[in-house]
Amino acid sequence: MFEKILIANRGEIACRIIRTCRARGIATVAVHSEADAGARHVEMADEAVGIGPPPARDSYLMIDRILEACRRTGAEAVHPGYGFLSENALFAEALAAAGIVFIGPPVAAIRAMGDKIESKRLAEAAGVSTVPGHPDAVRSLGEALHVARAIGYPVMIKAAAGGGGKGMRIAHDEQELEEGLKRAQSEAASSFGDERVFLEKFVERPRHIEIQVLGDRHGNLVHLGERECSIQRRHQKVVEEAPSPFLDAATREAMGAQAVSLARTVGYHSAGTVEFIVDRDRNFYFLEMNTRLQVEHPVTELVTGRDLVWDMIRIAAGEPLGFTQEEVEFSGWAIEARVYAEDPARGFLPSSGRLVRYREPEGEGLRIDSGVFEGGEVSIYYDPMIAKLCAHGDTRDRAADRLAAGLDAFLLRGPAHNLTFLRAILDHPDFRAGRLSTDFIAETFGARFAGRQLPEPRLRMLAAAAALMTWREVARACRISGRLPGRDPEPERSWAVALGGRHFEARIAEDGTPATVELDGERFLFALDWHPGRMLAELETDGERLRIQVETVAEGFLLIHGGAELRALVRSHRAAELAARMPEKEMPDTSGLVIAPMPGLIVSVAVVPGQEVKAGQELLVLEAMKMENVLRAERDGVVREIHVRPADAVAADQLLVTLA
Amino acid sequence: MQEILQELERRRRAARLGGGEGRIEAQHRQGKLTARERIELLLDPGSFEEVDMFAEHRCGDFGMAGRRIPGDGVVTGQGTINGRLVFVFSQDFTVFGGSLSEAHAEKICKIMDRAMRVGAPVIGLNDSGGARIQEGIASLAGYAEVFQRNVLASGVIPQISMVMGPCAGGAVYSPAMTDFIFMVRDTSYMFVTGPEVVKTVTQEAVSREELGGASTHTRKSGVADLAFDNDVQALHELRRFFDFLPLNNRDGVPERPSFDDPEREEPSLDTLVPANPNRPYDMKELVLKVVDEGDFFELQKDYARNIIIGFGRIEGRTVGIVANQPMVLAGCLDIASSVKAARFVRFCDCFNIPILTFVDVPGFLPGTAQEHGGIIKHGAKLLFAYAEATVPKVTVITRKAYGGAYDVMSSKHLRGDVNYAWPTAEIAVMGPKGAVEIIFRKDAGDPEKIAARTEEYRRRFANPFVAAARGYVDDVIMPHGTRRRLVQALRWLRGKRLENPPKKHDNLPL
Repeated sequence: MFEKILIANRGEIACRIIRTCRARGIATVAVHSEADAGARHVEMADEAVGIGPPPARDSYLMIDRILEACRRTGAEAVHPGYGFLSENALFAEALAAAGIVFIGPPVAAIRAMGDKIESKRLAEAAGVSTVPGHPDAVRSLGEALHVARAIGYPVMIKAAAGGGGKGMRIAHDEQELEEGLKRAQSEAASSFGDERVFLEKFVERPRHIEIQVLGDRHGNLVHLGERECSIQRRHQKVVEEAPSPFLDAATREAMGAQAVSLARTVGYHSAGTVEFIVDRDRNFYFLEMNTRLQVEHPVTELVTGRDLVWDMIRIAAGEPLGFTQEEVEFSGWAIEARVYAEDPARGFLPSSGRLVRYREPEGEGLRIDSGVFEGGEVSIYYDPMIAKLCAHGDTRDRAADRLAAGLDAFLLRGPAHNLTFLRAILDHPDFRAGRLSTDFIAETFGARFAGRQLPEPRLRMLAAAAALMTWREVARACRISGRLPGRDPEPERSWAVALGGRHFEARIAEDGTPATVELDGERFLFALDWHPGRMLAELETDGERLRIQVETVAEGFLLIHGGAELRALVRSHRAAELAARMPEKEMPDTSGLVIAPMPGLIVSVAVVPGQEVKAGQELLVLEAMKMENVLRAERDGVVREIHVRPADAVAADQLLVTLA
Repeated sequence: MQEILQELERRRRAARLGGGEGRIEAQHRQGKLTARERIELLLDPGSFEEVDMFAEHRCGDFGMAGRRIPGDGVVTGQGTINGRLVFVFSQDFTVFGGSLSEAHAEKICKIMDRAMRVGAPVIGLNDSGGARIQEGIASLAGYAEVFQRNVLASGVIPQISMVMGPCAGGAVYSPAMTDFIFMVRDTSYMFVTGPEVVKTVTQEAVSREELGGASTHTRKSGVADLAFDNDVQALHELRRFFDFLPLNNRDGVPERPSFDDPEREEPSLDTLVPANPNRPYDMKELVLKVVDEGDFFELQKDYARNIIIGFGRIEGRTVGIVANQPMVLAGCLDIASSVKAARFVRFCDCFNIPILTFVDVPGFLPGTAQEHGGIIKHGAKLLFAYAEATVPKVTVITRKAYGGAYDVMSSKHLRGDVNYAWPTAEIAVMGPKGAVEIIFRKDAGDPEKIAARTEEYRRRFANPFVAAARGYVDDVIMPHGTRRRLVQALRWLRGKRLENPPKKHDNLPL
């Protein structure tokens, strides 16, 4: 077994790999860019080596520097994590040449599976069902039209060297094919330096289901079941689970067998994932094979009880797999939610910055993989994923409930984040029923998300809780020193609560464990673990435990719970009565103001004053550290004024464009 | 007897109706509450004791003899906020537009006199069209009587003005002399001369809102401390604010139970100051993480944002907080921020509120605008205020404390009681770059030498140790333990007694 392993990665996956190494008594070496000098993976590792400036191409992608770090520290093996160099054959080769073990598959397998056309050909040879299509790159429009007619519309045009949705186009007819082909070729050329594209049948509303395979260097190969990753936003996975709520035993077995067969064909060892798309009739088609550890591997670990990182290390060290397909056991259900620094209300634009508050939830069946800490920084240079929150339970519903409770209790302030969005997904009836497709997010939520409506009973519960919180604050305020003799004010027991567009009359009958609050005549009994200043309230009622995040605002609280962010106004009856007499003030309409979501540089402006724009239309492009962010119109309108020009540096929240 | 009681009841009803149903409705339509409704929301239920409900004006000119309304446009009396005594006057816009008559002024003076006598704050709810023109100079005399009392009460009892309607002309000078001015957005405005006069005299066309609305006074002029969305919210927040204030200059700060742990550590503060000395960070995070329950009542938050002022509590007891804000103008001192902080420091000193100062100041803002604007005298105000303050003064230097600005910010030399520095502190006469350019002027042409000298200076002086060696800082503390250290300092400083030499009063550089 290795004595020292270098982890050529950062963030949560580096931390996760270090955890396994530590548990097995293997020393660890972290590498880090200048931006990550104070990162958690650096702190956790036994040794750390700086490998360059913040941009990944100058640090985490520098093969030479990582080799040098291995030499300097005497690391015998390298775990690449995912992303960065994990599927880079040159890296694996360079390590081999230096006599360092690459904890991953053979170079030939990386190469074979890295090419879409090649991998599809190999898959077909291995008896894996593939999407009907033409395995060779199409060279001309004529050829493309011919191929498309043979496989039937709609067709997907894909870049041979592609990934991540780049260079992909869907064509429903010949005209779209003609346009799409040109675009896909030029995009493929600019993104991958390889303009080859090929055609295949486009499966409508597919599910994304993948098979985890694991093999050793001695020819033993098994699969560890499937993961369903249908909940995606723009090809970015958001929520994953194991098993899939869709597969039957026969399909599962067939998919597993094909995945193993493909792995065997390419002489695979280590952990790998064969991705399929599955149509409504449970026909499944090979998509691609990822020759590395997947982001979403924890759900497989939770249902199989295995440690995939340890398995990868053992296999790399030459140990046999040690178990057979029949010995693989599955227990319960696991769901993972990816917590991203992004702003759902602003069309999911990536966010960054200091984690002013960061407290991970605790609870039965929860697993958190993260690489950050309170006071740490979400860097603009890297992937905006902050953490993966997973829950395991004996049933799918139990796992979903645990995950939902975990999300409710996850305290995160500083960068914008998608916690409430994730929470809303988990409560959605289609998610609960397992009615999923890769279009789920786009169809259910559209391009942005600004909180959901809570069901009436939950709203009432929150109103009762807000009244009790107010009562506790007021009861404390009544105990201030310097009161007039004989003035021992009794805290008011009756409160008018305005919440989520509704008005409730609350009365605190008794505060204790449990407390009794009457709300419009209904009696609520619950225990509320909260006092002024606490950011997290725990409310227990009828055996259910609700976590509510609480922020104090004028005349009440901001409550974050269940995928909703609600302002609760809690007033005395008299104040509520008088407030009702006030004319409703018109809130200034800000939908016409386009402001910079982050500091950066204006790359281009796509509109001119006086121009009519539609909601979603591109207005300008803002570059923030090499990331080009397209800012779009939130609504239809006319451009009144453009406040910036290309090459202008702008601050966060600076006004860029005014729409009339 | 029965008749008298009936008459009393009739008169009470009439008085409570103020200017009548029609006017009350008009007041509501404008988004404003009536004078009595405001008092109801401000004070503890049932605690208000009204005085001079039946006061009337004594004017016979311009047909005023036939127009008398009991109360004469202002409701006065005393009550409690969470059991603590407070005197209140609330101008009634429904009665002669809330205009100030001789009798109206007398009512205000009466409760101010009482407040001074017993040592309780005065809250004015201003909603007045101005002087009662029909009364002529009697009305002007009334204003002056109020002004005189504002001045005498200053530093004896806290005075708070909540401007909830018009406040124009001479009337502005009463709120101006109180300790705090709050406004309500869209319904209140303050100016010495209104838009009509401005137009006539200077040809300048300006709206009421632009000239003296809440936004103008909280962002541009700094006249108002805060603005609120509406009357109901304003009065609710005023109750919350009142709980921070001592009742007078004798009793000391109020205390109430705290749910926060005095030993609470905040590991994240250890990474608050970025490694790059030129990168800003949000000082407000430090403030929010050290005060009880994260409850910080910030004042003038949209004005001179390079300095932060406001009230918080430590162990349930009020503290005044002054902090440089590196996010704005690198946290340097300029005219506006010096004056803003100086007045706050003096308020705290008047009323025995300990002052916590968080320092990250690169110096004074350079430039002709500042010099010609009189930064010398305005900057001196903050220096003066800190130097004369005898309350407990606890200072934490988080990063830069350069030059004269270091001296100003509650330094040891200005009788700072406890002066701490974080390990990231740089207490020096100036930043390394500037210092090297002066000390090693002859090397100016040699960038390599300059770089080496700069690094040498940084190592030698850009740290807390030189100051610590001289006792200018008492200790170098870990950021995560800041709250605990502040708690300890404030505990032993409770017994602090310090007096300045007797004098008639000082001569602050105005």
